[in-house]
Amino acid sequence: MNIDQNKLNWIYKKLFTIRFFEERIKKIAKEKLVPGYLHTCIGSEAICVGVMSALNNDDWISSTYRNHGHAIAKNCELKEITSEIFGRSTGICKGKGGSMHISDFDKGMLGSFGIVAAGPPVVLGAALQEKINKGSKNSVTFFGDGAIHNGAFHEAAGLAKLWDIPMLFVCENNGYAEATATDWHLNTKNLSDISRAYDMISYRGDGNNVFEVHEITKNALIESKEKNTPIFIEFKNYRFSGQYEGDTQLYQPLEEINEAKKNDPIKIALEKAIDYKFSSIEINNLKKQALNDVEEAFKFAETQPWPKPEDSLNDVYVNYPKNLIL
Amino acid sequence: MPILTVKEAINQALVESFTNDKNVILMGEDIAGGKGREQYQGTQDAWGGPFGVTQGLLTKFGPERVRDTTIAEAGFFGAAVGAAMTGLRPIVELMYVDFAGVCFDQLMNQAAKMRYMFGGKQNVPMVVRTVVGAGFRAGSEHSQTLYSLYTHIPGLKVVAPYDAIDAKGLLLSSIIDNDPVIFMEHKRLYMTKCEVPENLKPIPLGKGRIRKKGKDITIVAIQRMNLFAEEAANLLADEDIECEIIDPRTYSPLDESLIYESVKKTGKVIIIDESNPKCSLASEISSLISENCFTDLKAPILKLTAPHTPVPFSPPMEDFYIPSTKKIIKGIKTILKY
Repeated sequence: MNIDQNKLNWIYKKLFTIRFFEERIKKIAKEKLVPGYLHTCIGSEAICVGVMSALNNDDWISSTYRNHGHAIAKNCELKEITSEIFGRSTGICKGKGGSMHISDFDKGMLGSFGIVAAGPPVVLGAALQEKINKGSKNSVTFFGDGAIHNGAFHEAAGLAKLWDIPMLFVCENNGYAEATATDWHLNTKNLSDISRAYDMISYRGDGNNVFEVHEITKNALIESKEKNTPIFIEFKNYRFSGQYEGDTQLYQPLEEINEAKKNDPIKIALEKAIDYKFSSIEINNLKKQALNDVEEAFKFAETQPWPKPEDSLNDVYVNYPKNLIL
Repeated sequence: MPILTVKEAINQALVESFTNDKNVILMGEDIAGGKGREQYQGTQDAWGGPFGVTQGLLTKFGPERVRDTTIAEAGFFGAAVGAAMTGLRPIVELMYVDFAGVCFDQLMNQAAKMRYMFGGKQNVPMVVRTVVGAGFRAGSEHSQTLYSLYTHIPGLKVVAPYDAIDAKGLLLSSIIDNDPVIFMEHKRLYMTKCEVPENLKPIPLGKGRIRKKGKDITIVAIQRMNLFAEEAANLLADEDIECEIIDPRTYSPLDESLIYESVKKTGKVIIIDESNPKCSLASEISSLISENCFTDLKAPILKLTAPHTPVPFSPPMEDFYIPSTKKIIKGIKTILKY
């Protein structure tokens, strides 16, 4: 696979950054140092980085409440992400979003949604706008296997196909919809079959292999534009974390977790580093940089000021009488 | 001055907005009505929705900007949010406000919160046009108003015009507004007429209108209730009772001061709302008046609303459901005794 060195460095550094970041989040969650729900994405690094490595910086994406990896891979500022999780005024959403809603519009993020399947219709709208205005930005919606059951996904899929809208539906099949296994809820073996009902092209790939994710995404983006059609991609991986931090994970058998570790996306990427002529020193340097960035981001966030209570009154509307807000 | 129906006024506002801004698009079920994807689209006799309001738009502006959708409100409401955030000004049609249940997430959790939740960077300039109201023998699932459901949600603006001039002027404003606006059209008002000046300017949101001046009692009338308020006021005028009729026109933001000024003058107030009574616009306006005009009040505030039931089908029952001129007169006379 032909990927230039800068991008390769970017890919490895992002993989490490996401893993270190989420491990750090797990730690502070245990110590109860941050407010609110935390959903970590350990096991999803290859999907986040692989898809984003095929996108341009200003392409549109939507994410979910499990968004830290998407935001990091979409080049959102790590310090602002962390500050947001801490609820501080310099957070990426000025403290109004929190961990579940990390999203920077200026980086092409159309939102990180706490509602399952909220993203596909919204990205459909952005892709429709690109089509009407003859724009060139790509549009990608990320969602989990749980969203497959939801009407909003189906409605967006049907309209996208009917209207010949180029966009990617990226389904991250991590084996669990919240605390219920995918196969407990669904008889369809391959989720990618579901989109065929809409006559939509679909692909399936190994979500643990960042290079496979990159390649499938890159090709799908080209095909989607050439054929003026949405494409559905199912990437299979494993959710090592629970639904949220503090979840007892009683429904995830230890043997299953251990088996999944054999296909840990970071492990696979490290095995492939040799194919891309990385020396162990280079890899260790990228790891160090990633760890350093994460440490700095957390140090930054901890020292940031809290928002003023009355800051909560801003940004509800573009234009509204102030005396009617409070 | 040309005389227009509410329906024609809305159609005109749409045509003008489409002409003024190429980013305006319209999405909805049956807004054109098509058979086949290419062969029949663009025909002059497109359906234009159940009330024919959008008739002719497809012919004028083409299928790229006038998009007939599947019966998938969550899909195209969400799409409107994404399109609005990225540069278009989508108008979506919710065929009946009663259908809100199937796409309420896209309004309540996405359209309304996008700007706030993600730190104020994005605007969501979209308009939801929807049809409300009882009196059409349309049964429980096609007759509600649900004004308060939307007014309750921070981030949304709510507009409910009574006559053709307000319908046109307020729709023009709603479309150029940078926040999500719910624009409610009453099905029993579509064919009512009034003079609408050519080149009418947009009417600002958040400004109510005094429909009739008077000194004895304030009637706050919500949308179609202005019709009955006016009838009642005319009949009472024969008995030398002068009613002041306030039509707030927009419910979020609400022109509170216009109501207070009137109540301070009259000291007596009746609020007429054809919605269900619990947590309604009527109860909200009543509570605001009691907080802000307590010492000016000379009588208890009277709310005249529908009962706490779904909208019934059968004519005698539905007519009983909707506040009537007779009930308004009776209510006003009760208050005037104080």
